[in-house]
Amino acid sequence: MIEFFVDHYAHVSLSILIGIGFFGMVAKRNLIKKLIGMSILQASIILFWIVTAEKDDATIPIIRKGDGAVDPTEYVNPLPHALMLTAIVVSVVTSGVAIALLVKVYRNYGSLEEKDVLGQM
Amino acid sequence: MRFDLLPHAPVIVPLAFLVGAMLAVLGTLFRPRWAQPLAVAVSAFATLVAAGGLVHVLAEGTIRYQLAGWRPPLGIELVMDPLSAFLTLLMAGVGLLVLIHSRPIVPRELPGRETAFYAASLLLLGGLCGLVLTGDLFNLYVFIEIVSLSSYALLGIGSKRAPFSAFRYLVMGTTAGSLYLLGLACIYMRTGTLNMADFAAIVPEVADQVPVQIGVVLLLTGLALKSALFPLHGWLPDAYTDGGSTATALIAPIGTKAALYAMLRVTYFLLGPALVADGALVADVIAYLGAAGILWGSFLAMSQRELKRMLAYSSVAQVGYIALGIGLASGYGFIGAVLHIVNHACMKACLFLVSGNLRQVVHHSYLPNIDSSVRRKMPWSMAAFSVAAVSMIGLPPTAGFFSKWYLALGTVEQGRWVLLASLLISTLLNAVYFVRVFEQIYLRPAREGAGGRPASGEAPLSMVVPTVVFAVLLLVLGVGNALLVDHLLLPMLGGGAS
Amino acid sequence: MIESMTPLFAVLTPLLAIPLIVAARRMPDVRESFTIMAALAAFALVASLVTQVDANTLVGSGSWEVVAGIELNLRVDQTGLYFGLIASGLWLVTCFYSIGYVRAHDEKNQTRYFASFAACVGSTLGVAFAGNLVTFLVFYEMLSLATYPLVIHSESPKAIRSGRKYLTYALTAGVLLMAAVIWTGVTVGNFDFKPGGIIEPDMLDAGSMRVLFLLFLAGVGVKAGLMPLHGWLPAAMVAPTPVSALLHAVAVVKSGVFGIIRVVGFVFGPETMHLYGLDGLLVFVAGTTIVLASCIALRQDNLKRRLAYSTVGHLSYIVLGIALLSRDGFAGGMLHMVNHATMKITLFFCAGAIMVHLHKDRVSQLDGIGRAMPWTMGAFAIGALGLAGVPPVNGFLSKWLLCEGATDIALIVLLTSGLLNAAYFFPIVHRAFFRAPSEEVAAKGEAPTIMVVPICFVAGLSVGLFFWPDLFLGMARDVAAAVFGKGAA
Repeated sequence: MIEFFVDHYAHVSLSILIGIGFFGMVAKRNLIKKLIGMSILQASIILFWIVTAEKDDATIPIIRKGDGAVDPTEYVNPLPHALMLTAIVVSVVTSGVAIALLVKVYRNYGSLEEKDVLGQM
Repeated sequence: MRFDLLPHAPVIVPLAFLVGAMLAVLGTLFRPRWAQPLAVAVSAFATLVAAGGLVHVLAEGTIRYQLAGWRPPLGIELVMDPLSAFLTLLMAGVGLLVLIHSRPIVPRELPGRETAFYAASLLLLGGLCGLVLTGDLFNLYVFIEIVSLSSYALLGIGSKRAPFSAFRYLVMGTTAGSLYLLGLACIYMRTGTLNMADFAAIVPEVADQVPVQIGVVLLLTGLALKSALFPLHGWLPDAYTDGGSTATALIAPIGTKAALYAMLRVTYFLLGPALVADGALVADVIAYLGAAGILWGSFLAMSQRELKRMLAYSSVAQVGYIALGIGLASGYGFIGAVLHIVNHACMKACLFLVSGNLRQVVHHSYLPNIDSSVRRKMPWSMAAFSVAAVSMIGLPPTAGFFSKWYLALGTVEQGRWVLLASLLISTLLNAVYFVRVFEQIYLRPAREGAGGRPASGEAPLSMVVPTVVFAVLLLVLGVGNALLVDHLLLPMLGGGAS
Repeated sequence: MIESMTPLFAVLTPLLAIPLIVAARRMPDVRESFTIMAALAAFALVASLVTQVDANTLVGSGSWEVVAGIELNLRVDQTGLYFGLIASGLWLVTCFYSIGYVRAHDEKNQTRYFASFAACVGSTLGVAFAGNLVTFLVFYEMLSLATYPLVIHSESPKAIRSGRKYLTYALTAGVLLMAAVIWTGVTVGNFDFKPGGIIEPDMLDAGSMRVLFLLFLAGVGVKAGLMPLHGWLPAAMVAPTPVSALLHAVAVVKSGVFGIIRVVGFVFGPETMHLYGLDGLLVFVAGTTIVLASCIALRQDNLKRRLAYSTVGHLSYIVLGIALLSRDGFAGGMLHMVNHATMKITLFFCAGAIMVHLHKDRVSQLDGIGRAMPWTMGAFAIGALGLAGVPPVNGFLSKWLLCEGATDIALIVLLTSGLLNAAYFFPIVHRAFFRAPSEEVAAKGEAPTIMVVPICFVAGLSVGLFFWPDLFLGMARDVAAAVFGKGAA
C-alpha cells in the first residue's frame, strides 16, 4: 500500500489537486474562488501531461553533432512539453476572459457572490 | 503560372477567418462602421474557398494538408474529406448569412462594441472551420477552446445578465475542456500518438487497456458537456437567452454542433469497430442520454414564454437527436446524425434570425405579447419561421423529416424501441410548442391600439434575405437529402467506420 | 412498366399552381383561373393514363431519390389510377363550386384557401400514385399539413380548437405510420407495394405481426375515420363547406381508406392477414363503426355534422369490404369509394348552398326549402337515396356487391345500416319538400347558378354511374383479381 503511494506519488498528488480544483469550481459560491478552482484544475492537468512524459535517467532531446548512435531511451519525449505550452496559453486566455466577465458582473451587480447576483436577477 | 488555390483550401479557410479577426481589430478600431462589411467580405471569401474545396475534394479525393511541412503523426495535418469539406462549407455559409443579417442589430444592441463583436465572430468561425478540418486530437482541443473562448466573449457582451450567464458557461466549458485534455493524456500515455488516422489504426490493439478506456470516457464526457448533452445541458438556456441576437444565432446553430461533430469523429472514425464490439456500453449511454435529452428539452421548451428561451431548450432536444444518432453506432445512425447537424444548423439559424427580426421590428420576442399584427408587418419573416418550424416538427418536404427518417430507421434496424418512441414522441411535443406559436402569429387577433398605428413594415432587406435563404435551404436540403447521403456520407462510411 | 412523366406532372401540376395562386392574390379572377387551369390540367393528365394502365401495365415516372436508396416512386397501377381519377375529377367540379361559395359567402383569406386546396389535391394525387411506402408516407404527411390551414380557415376560436384536434390526430397518426413503414422496410428489405402483399407469414412472429398491423391501422385509420379514431372529422366540419365536400368526404378521408387498401392488399396481403386473424379485427372495427356512426348521425341536428357521421359510417363500408378478404367484397369496397364520393359530395354541396344562400345549417330549420331550391334539394334527395342503397343511384351497386361478398354478420351490419341511413336522411328530404316553408325561405329563390350547376352535375354523375359503372367496376374487379390472384379466394 505504502509502496503504491511512493511509486505513484506524482499521480496521487495530482489526483488530489484535480479533486481540489473540481471542489473549488462546484462547491464555492464566490465567483473568484470558482475561477481559482478552475485554474488549479487546469494546472493539475498540465502537470499530469508532463508527468506522462517523465522518464528515468533521460535528458532533453537535443542531439548534437557527433553524438553518434541515438538511443531513444536516453531522451525524454518532447511532444507533451510542446503541447502543454499551448495548453498554458489556452488556460491563461481563459482566465483573462473569465476575469473580464467577472469585472462586468461586478459592475452590473456590485457583488461577486453568486447568491447576491442571483438574488438581483 | 497560376497559383492553384483549391488544394490549399483546408488551411486557407480557417486562416482567412483568423487573419480577418486580427484585421477587424487593427483596421477598424477607429472606424467601427467598417467592421461588418469586413467580416462579411472575409466570410464570403471563406465560403467561396470552402465551396471550391468541396468541389475539388469530390473530384480529386481527400486533401491531407501537412502544416508547416511536418509529417504526421508528429506534425499536425488538416484533413479535408467529403464530410469535413461539406461541414466547413456549412459553417462558413451559415456564418456568412448570419453576419449579413447582423448589420442593423449589432449597432443597436451593442453600440460602440462592433469591432470587438465582429472580431470575436470571425474568431469563432475560424475555430469552427479549423475544428472540422483538423486531423489531430490535440489540435482539436485547441480549436475547441478557440471556439469556446470566442463564444464566451460573444455571449458575454449582451444584456445585463449576460456576463454572469457567460461566466457560468465559461466554468462549464473549461471543465469540459479540462476533461477532454485529461482523457487525451490517458490515451496518449498508451498510444503515443495524437494523429487521428494513426490513432484509428492503433485502437484495436489498445482498446482493452484500462487507461485508454478511462481516457475515452473522460474525453467523451468533456465533449458531451461542451455540446450540452443531457444531463450536462444546464448552462445552455441561460447563456443563449441572455446573449445578443446575433451571438446566439451564430453559436446555437453551429457553435454547439462543433463539439458534436468532434464526438462523431471520435466515435465513428477513431473508435469505430471497438465502439461496437465491447458491449457498446459507451454507445448505449450516449444514445439513451440523447433520447432523455430529446424528451426533457422538448418538455421544458413547451413551458417557455420567451421565444429565444424556447428555442434554447429545443436546442437541448436537438442535440439529443444527434447524440442518439451517434450512439446508434450504425450506418443509419451516422447518416442521421450528420444530416441532423446540417439540418439543425439551418433550422435553428432561421429561427434565431426570425427572433432577431422580431426584436428589431417589435422590440421583443416575448411570446404572450405576439399576435397576428406581426404576420401583417413581417410576412416574409413569418413565412420563413413557418417553414423552419415545420422542419423542426419533422414533416415532409422539409429537411427535418428526413434526418428523423434515417434516425428512426437506425433505431428499428437494431430493434431499439425505446429510442424510436422518444423520437416519435418528440415530434408531437415539438408540434405542441411550435403550433402554439403558429396560432399566435397567424390566428390571434391583433389588439387594438398596438395594431392601430400604421405597420412599420418588414425588417430591413439585409435581415429578411438571409432568413428567407435559410428557409429555402431547408426545402432544398429536404428534397436533395439523398444526393447528400449518396455523394458525401456513404463514401465516408465505406472508407472509415463500422 | 411504361416509363412516362405523366404521373409526376399530374402530382406537380397542383403544387406548381400554388406560387401562381399566391402571386395573383390581388387579382381574384386571375387567381381563380389559375386554379381552374391547374384542375383541368391535372384531370386531363390523370385521365390520359386511363388508356395506358390496365391489369398488367403500370405507368411510372421519377428517378429522384426521396431518401437514400429509395426512389420517389410514382407508379400508377389501377388502384392508384382509380383513386387519382376520383380526386382530380371531383377537384375540378369543386373548383367551380368553391368560387361561387367563397364569393357568395365573402370569405376572408381566399388566397390561402385556394393555395391550400391545391396543395391538398397535389398531395392526394401523390398518395394515390405512390409506388412504395416511403413515397406514400411523404405525401400522406404533406396532406396532413396542407389540410390544417383549411380547417382553421375561419380563424374563430372554435376553428382553432378544431385545428388543434385535427393536428393532434393527424400528427400522431403520422408518427405511428412512420414507425410502421420503417419496421416493414427493415423486415422485408424493401418498401414497394405489390399486389398480394410483401410481408410473408413467416417474417415476423404472431405478436409482432399484430402490433405492426395495429400501427398501420392507427396510422391510416385516423384519416379513414375508423372508430375510435374518428373524432377529428366532425370537428373539422368547421371548415368551409367545399373543403368538407372535397377533402372531408373525398380526398383526405379516402386517402386513409386508400391506405387501408394498400396495407391490406399490397403490404400484408390476404394470406398473411387471414393467417393472423387480422381480417377479423378489421371487420369488427369497421362493423362497429358503421353501426355506431349511423346511430350518432341520427341524433345530429347540425346538417354538416350529420353528414360527417354519415361519412364515418360509409368509409367503414369500404373498409369492411376490404376486410372481408373476398373478391366481391374487395371490388364492392373499391366501387363504394367512387360511389360514396359522388353522393356525399352532392350532399355537402347542397349543405353549402343552403348555408350560403339561406344561412341555415340545422336540419330543424330546413322546412320547405325544397320549394325554394328545387334543384338543390332534388340533388340532395338523389344523394340521400343513393347512400341508403336505393336504385337507380350508384350506391345500390356497391352495396349489392358488398352484400355478395359478405359473411352473415357483415350482411346484418350492412342491412341495419341501410335502414339507419334511410332513417337519418329521409326526414331531411321530407322536411324540405312536404312541410310549409317559412316566409323568409319562400321569398328566396334558387342558389347562385355557379353553385347549382356543379350540384346537379355530381348528382347526375351519381345516377350515371348506376347505369354505366363499367369503367370503375372493371378496374375494381381487376384490382381484386390481382390482389387475390395468388392466395385464398
